[in-house]
Amino acid sequence: MLCDLCGKNEATVHLTEIIDNQVTELHLCEECARNKSIEMEQQFGLGDLLAGLAEFGKGIEETESSRLKCSKCGISYEDFKKIGKLGCSQCYITFKRYLSSLLKKIHGSNKHIGKTPLKVTAVADKDKKNILEDLRQKLQKAIEAEEFEEAARIRDQIRELEKVNRKNENR
Amino acid sequence: MRIDDLINHTSEWLKGSGPYSNIVISSRVRLARNLNSIPFPHRLNKKQGQEVIDAVRTAVEKVDFLKGSLFIDMQQLDALDKQFLIERHLMSYEHARPDNYRALVLEKSEIISIMINEEDHLRIQVMQSGFSLFEAWSIMNRIDDVLSEHLDFAFLSEWGYLTSCPTNTGTGLRGSVMLHLPALVMSRQINRVLSAIAKLSFTTRGLYGEGTEASGNFFQVSNQVALGHKEEEIISNINALIKQVIEQEEQMRQHLFTHQRAILEDKIWRSFGILKSAFIISSQETIDLLSMLRLGVDLDIIKDIDRSTINRLFLITQPAHLQKIENKRLSSHERDVKRAEIIRKTLEKIS
Repeated sequence: MLCDLCGKNEATVHLTEIIDNQVTELHLCEECARNKSIEMEQQFGLGDLLAGLAEFGKGIEETESSRLKCSKCGISYEDFKKIGKLGCSQCYITFKRYLSSLLKKIHGSNKHIGKTPLKVTAVADKDKKNILEDLRQKLQKAIEAEEFEEAARIRDQIRELEKVNRKNENR
Repeated sequence: MRIDDLINHTSEWLKGSGPYSNIVISSRVRLARNLNSIPFPHRLNKKQGQEVIDAVRTAVEKVDFLKGSLFIDMQQLDALDKQFLIERHLMSYEHARPDNYRALVLEKSEIISIMINEEDHLRIQVMQSGFSLFEAWSIMNRIDDVLSEHLDFAFLSEWGYLTSCPTNTGTGLRGSVMLHLPALVMSRQINRVLSAIAKLSFTTRGLYGEGTEASGNFFQVSNQVALGHKEEEIISNINALIKQVIEQEEQMRQHLFTHQRAILEDKIWRSFGILKSAFIISSQETIDLLSMLRLGVDLDIIKDIDRSTINRLFLITQPAHLQKIENKRLSSHERDVKRAEIIRKTLEKIS
């Protein structure tokens, strides 16, 4: 069987599309299928899936979430629900209360316990204090668990952060 | 180094060496990172796009691992070059799209590549031959540390690294392993394995990653969860899962070898026969037959041919590679003829 689109190559991918209860069968070659799949991904991509998840967010009033816009990049939560992508790092602060439950739904958790960048000039200044606080706690735990290599790594991170903070304060 | 130089070069991850390289083709980790004060790639204007590229370029020069890397402006590549890089797994289909301001950092041995302004400002990839996730992660960790000294990464202590899509928020880490599972496919056990993988919130994809379906005997398994676990934990979770899949495939190979020897040998030798004698062959047929040939080598049924030769055939028989070798555009039919010729010549020497 030849490919329905180019009519040249052997069809190796067989697609069934249902649009308005109309069933169409499509037989494609590898090359056309690849192009088609990019096309379909754009039509029905992660955006829709995420939007579906985000809809579940209880207590979000439609009007409020559509009015709320990121002060930095200008996208609204409604925009995010449509495209599935945030506009900038500031969006995470702007939409914090909505994203918190969304992240939990996606990852099963909304608390980061992984690594921290060596140089942090965090999104919000307040956050820097939290990072330091967190690191000090981690350091304490590492020492208690006698994980000295880990402790040394955390100590260096704290020093680095404090250095950055001092620099910023002197500015 | 130029892109054309890569053609005579076998990607590091295709060496066919490393732990469990009879079943695991390659191990890959990638990190998503963004710069703090610049909009995410899909919202960039020209000036900001260039700003990201310049900042990453300067930072990359500080990383020892990346000395002598190729720095490519995507706008200067034609469609064939882009396809060529995708076939070598050095970038994604997404990155080949003509919009936005994209660039690619390519380390000499092709172990490390960085896509700039794909879905995130940085998508760093480390790829190794065989089952070596921890090793790949340890290289990645060091690259990330150095970059984070020179770039201002978007980060919140509560949610970790901030990414354009919240599915990557947290560690921004994805580990994936490319598996060759012919025995599980042949014995129709594969769906059981794939659905178990899905239940544990891992995903399975095809040869070319995101957006491609798992087909034939090759499967790429990766984690979905990026937040709430330490990086090492994410890596060791995938590692544990993959170990079990490897075990299942190994057992099934042994089972087929002992109980269905004739069927197995028939499939393998027929594949060898077709590959050695065909004058026209499509890329899908090539993948399927080379998969059988590889199984033959893994089970020591076919001798005198090594895994790296088969891996190299997988690589260079892809459409863009064939056209690069011939140094001209080839129609689909011309490619099928050229592909058969290259395979015949390579296998000729083997009895």
